[in-house]
Amino acid sequence: MTTASQLRAVGERGGPAFYLTEEHHPENSTLLGFWIYLMSDCLIFAVLFATYGVLGRNYAGGPSGGELFELPVVAVNTAMLLFSSITYGMAMIAVQNRRAKETLVWLAVTGLFGCGFLGLELNEFAHLIAEGAGPQRSAFLSSFFTLVGTHGLHVTFGVIWLVTLMVQVSRRGLTETNRRRLMCLSLFWHFLDVVWIGVFSFVYLLGAMA
Amino acid sequence: MAPPSNATVLQRSMRLVCNDRFKIVRLIKAALTAPLLASLAGCKMVVMSPAGDVAAQQRDLILLATGLMLLIIVPVIALTLFFAWKYRASNTAATYDPTWRHSTRLEMAIWGAPLAIILVLGSVTWATSHTLDPYRPLDRVAPNRPVPAGVKPLEVDVVALDWKWLFIYPELGVATVNELAAPVDRPIEFKITASSVMNSFYVPALAGQIYAMPGMQTQLHAVINKPGVYDGFSANYSGAGFSGMRFKFKGMAPADFDRWVADNRSAGAPLTRAGYLALERPSMDDPVRRYASVDPALFLDIVERCAEPGQVCKGQTMRRAAAASRALASATRVLCSTDRRSLPPRPVSQAPLQY
Amino acid sequence: MPNSSELTKFIFGRLTWDALPLHEPILLVTFAAVAIGGLTVLGLITRYKLWGYLWREWFTSVDHKKIGIMYVILALVMLLRGFADALMMRGQQAMSFGASHGYLPPHHYDQVFTAHGVIMIFFVAMPLVTGLMNFVVPMQIGARDVSFPFLNNFSFWMTVGGAVTVMMSLFVGEFARTGWLAYPPLSGLAFSPDVGVDYYIWSLQIAGVGTLLSGVNLIATIVKMRAPGMTLMKMPVFTWTALCTNVLIVASFPVLTAVLALLSLDRYMGTNFFTNDLGGDPMMYVNLIWIWGHPEVYILILPAFGVFSEVVSTFSGKPLFGYTSMVYATVAITVASYLVWLHHFFTMGSGADVNAFFGITTMIISIPTGAKIFNWLFTMYRGRVRFELPMLWTIGFMVTFVIGGMTGVLLAVPPADFVLHNSLFLIAHFHNVIIGGVVFGMFAGITYWFPKAFGFKLDPFWGKMSFWCWLVGFYLAFMPLYVLGLMGVTRRLSHFDDPSLRIWFVIAALGAVIILMGIVSFIVQIAVSIMRREELRDLTGDPWDGRTLEWSTASPPPDYNFAFTPVIHDQDAWSDMKARGYQRPVAGFIPIHMPRNTGAGAILAGISVAVGVGLIWHMWWLAAGGLVAIIAVAIGHSFNQDRDFHIPVEDVIRAEGARTEVLRSVA
Repeated sequence: MTTASQLRAVGERGGPAFYLTEEHHPENSTLLGFWIYLMSDCLIFAVLFATYGVLGRNYAGGPSGGELFELPVVAVNTAMLLFSSITYGMAMIAVQNRRAKETLVWLAVTGLFGCGFLGLELNEFAHLIAEGAGPQRSAFLSSFFTLVGTHGLHVTFGVIWLVTLMVQVSRRGLTETNRRRLMCLSLFWHFLDVVWIGVFSFVYLLGAMA
Repeated sequence: MAPPSNATVLQRSMRLVCNDRFKIVRLIKAALTAPLLASLAGCKMVVMSPAGDVAAQQRDLILLATGLMLLIIVPVIALTLFFAWKYRASNTAATYDPTWRHSTRLEMAIWGAPLAIILVLGSVTWATSHTLDPYRPLDRVAPNRPVPAGVKPLEVDVVALDWKWLFIYPELGVATVNELAAPVDRPIEFKITASSVMNSFYVPALAGQIYAMPGMQTQLHAVINKPGVYDGFSANYSGAGFSGMRFKFKGMAPADFDRWVADNRSAGAPLTRAGYLALERPSMDDPVRRYASVDPALFLDIVERCAEPGQVCKGQTMRRAAAASRALASATRVLCSTDRRSLPPRPVSQAPLQY
Repeated sequence: MPNSSELTKFIFGRLTWDALPLHEPILLVTFAAVAIGGLTVLGLITRYKLWGYLWREWFTSVDHKKIGIMYVILALVMLLRGFADALMMRGQQAMSFGASHGYLPPHHYDQVFTAHGVIMIFFVAMPLVTGLMNFVVPMQIGARDVSFPFLNNFSFWMTVGGAVTVMMSLFVGEFARTGWLAYPPLSGLAFSPDVGVDYYIWSLQIAGVGTLLSGVNLIATIVKMRAPGMTLMKMPVFTWTALCTNVLIVASFPVLTAVLALLSLDRYMGTNFFTNDLGGDPMMYVNLIWIWGHPEVYILILPAFGVFSEVVSTFSGKPLFGYTSMVYATVAITVASYLVWLHHFFTMGSGADVNAFFGITTMIISIPTGAKIFNWLFTMYRGRVRFELPMLWTIGFMVTFVIGGMTGVLLAVPPADFVLHNSLFLIAHFHNVIIGGVVFGMFAGITYWFPKAFGFKLDPFWGKMSFWCWLVGFYLAFMPLYVLGLMGVTRRLSHFDDPSLRIWFVIAALGAVIILMGIVSFIVQIAVSIMRREELRDLTGDPWDGRTLEWSTASPPPDYNFAFTPVIHDQDAWSDMKARGYQRPVAGFIPIHMPRNTGAGAILAGISVAVGVGLIWHMWWLAAGGLVAIIAVAIGHSFNQDRDFHIPVEDVIRAEGARTEVLRSVA
């Protein structure tokens, strides 16, 4: 941003200052840009939630959520994702303290939680499909698999991104670029957490109660 | 009619283009008025001169709304051209005020004028959306002619097929393909659905259109006031045979209508399930067909997507979720707002199960 | 060991020789023409050894100005395709009466009108709008580039990728026969089993990535990169409309992405979102796609409004009348555009309350729009109106657009819509606002900023030819459609029974031919202007006595736009600077930090097209391999840290010194 001294430097020659004599450093836009992107991603989830809201009771004679969902497993899954957010937070604290090794350790723990989450989710999907409750069975199951699966796909990309960043941090350390990227991934990871809380309460809890 | 006037318009326009850029005024006027004049000279603008009371009210609404908007459109066009001409750079006699950029009073006016028009038009919209709601039973058959006591509307069940129209007259027991008839001055209640893809049921002389959608039922109330033969068609693109998906709508004196029904009874075979399933298969430019009788449950089964033996009707699956469904339907009414008011209370959007 | 047919099926999916239009003379001739034309261009590029130049200076460029220009070129090329479709439709409808069925059977005609809509909206109007915003916005806010220059290049190539995919469908396989919004159930697997809808889905998804990222990019640019002193209420109106448009893009394109993804799941995975049975709800698609579709209308028109605001104020020699209310009107339209989507299907039977609500919200949008028209009107009042080309387009717009606005409000009255919906009246209405608004606006913008981009003005004679042909052609082509709509003629028909309608279609076809002359005049205008560029040369960088910052720099601007970042004190910053005796700095230059070019965007978009082809033709190895490759290239690109450099101070001194000389010679 412009400092008063810069403006004064030009103004000294008389008349209003019409340009800066020093290099202008606009604020870095990456976090804002990434935030805007996340909001657009949020809209995709909003559409999927709305779709689930409209179609979520169209069982078409097939099984309902109450018959299918195993809440304990989902609760474990939820816990893993929530813990992964905490461990990512620990990684960011380590970044603040410029401790690369510690950052890597916490990132690895986060990644493992993420993989655990994905493993349980895939397991759940496999069970459902084996029971004949695949995404083709009814509009309810179509919207269920799509909403949960899209979230899972995001987590998958998050894990790939996380591994990439771990390689970059281990090679180059906590450079400014890497810190910014870790911050973006942090936003992404917590965002997925928030979405999951929506999925858990709206799909699983309400579904199991119905 | 049109061709000479437009040809001369074109010639004149080309001359104008070459001569003088400021003759934009005349050019646009010419371009605008030529088709209007030509159409007034005798083209059949059925939307502007319909034969049914509902369509006539819709026509009046178009004229009223257009008139209201012209109050603002005409001055805007005139002022645009006038200011452009008056303040042209070569006219140094005109006032030039290079700093004038704000006037609170003027800005109040330029927001206020459209606001005033929209206030009026909005009120008209609210009122007419309700009085001309296609789901609302008619209370009159023509201006100052209420529906006589004891007159029941003629029910016609309409099915949009690939690519033809099936009309079932439940109280008369007959059915037709690609020909629709009704007695004049008797309200008609259409119940409309489709077998495969979305169409739109539209007889411009009679009343506005409404979508025909598979697995759903829409409604339209209308009345025809003048005997005659009118065009009806699908107004929503539905695939290869769409252009030929047309039918004639016949408005008839009551005696003629009775004869027409009798003709159907004597000339046609019954419409069975198997016959319907054969009819349902895609075909183009179909001739008129007549059926002397028709399976009374057929139409509802088409709406419920169980016309084919072995299919389970939408309404029969998952009754256990009916209450939840209704709650959800009201919550998501806007997002998924196809109204099924006319159906008996069945759960919304439930699909049959195919075994 | 798989036998050869299985192997062929694995490699080529459902692509066979039958997919090539070897038995379609029209398509073969078109293909030959395109192939010969394409090979000639490629041959010329090779002959003059331009590949290296194009790759280094343009294709890999992250310069917002070059990317903007490439967007506009893409749009103009696609305009030729989209307009060829329009001519084919007009020809078919003028011929196909009674016994004659014209020359296009429904199978082709239905593809033509679908492709026309898709191409004109996604690959003509959108790139024009994005191109102008890209070119102009950073300069108007006194920035050197956008926030994410690489992303900008990538967005452009994804848009090209979508366009390439659409064009591919012309010669390999076929395009959708569903109408431009591909409503299910018609677009579902049951009724459209072939590749047409898949081409539709993947071309829009590929281009959609580009559109979305470019939206994110421009919002960040406008929010973060404005020159010091430029508060929001001092931003040029074009930048304001760009901001609102990009907010709309970011807040609506994800809905399109999601709804198309659901449709593709129905088609590829057998899910039941929009099917007739098993609980699917096709009407949800119609709702969702219009939740994107209506804001899309404003995505296109708002930047055009911005162009008109700049043009009318510049050529009236006055500041824009009612800047503040113009800004609030723009924001009001942005917000309200989300509350009106249902007016596209009043005839679905939503009930009187719902219909009336959406009808009235739609009318409410006409209030700020009307206020805008009045603002332009009163900008001319007590001005000195110069009828240069951009101003002609603007006056043509003001007269034409209000007619389209009037018919639009008419269609917003539900009972009136019941008789006009899906009719040719509707077609006339939206062409009235899209041609009279967006197209006229984009032509005004192109003729206005062309001298900034290339250093010489466009030839006025051919420009006027183009303008008058477009204006007259528009009225001739679409006024008959209003009449036909009132005669109860519906859209998308390829054959008519009633011969009395024919004359109107003949007039409309004539109008289309005149519009074609307008397009040809525009191309001639460009060619003539290039040939006469020395006569048309503008050395000042400010040929129109402009009012905003882009006119303060050289034409064409240096890579870095501004040697020193400008400081803003008032609206119409450049006018303010000129009025207060601004002296251009001639000393004290410093090295300038700039982003470096990269080929990653073009490569990623190329692989995306390959993935699209794999998915369309069920070549699963290609789709999967492509996806892995995209991730690999993206990761690889993230390891590239050599992304920027400094323009040495000597280069800046040389460039600015040359400009000092030029300005002295003009003065």
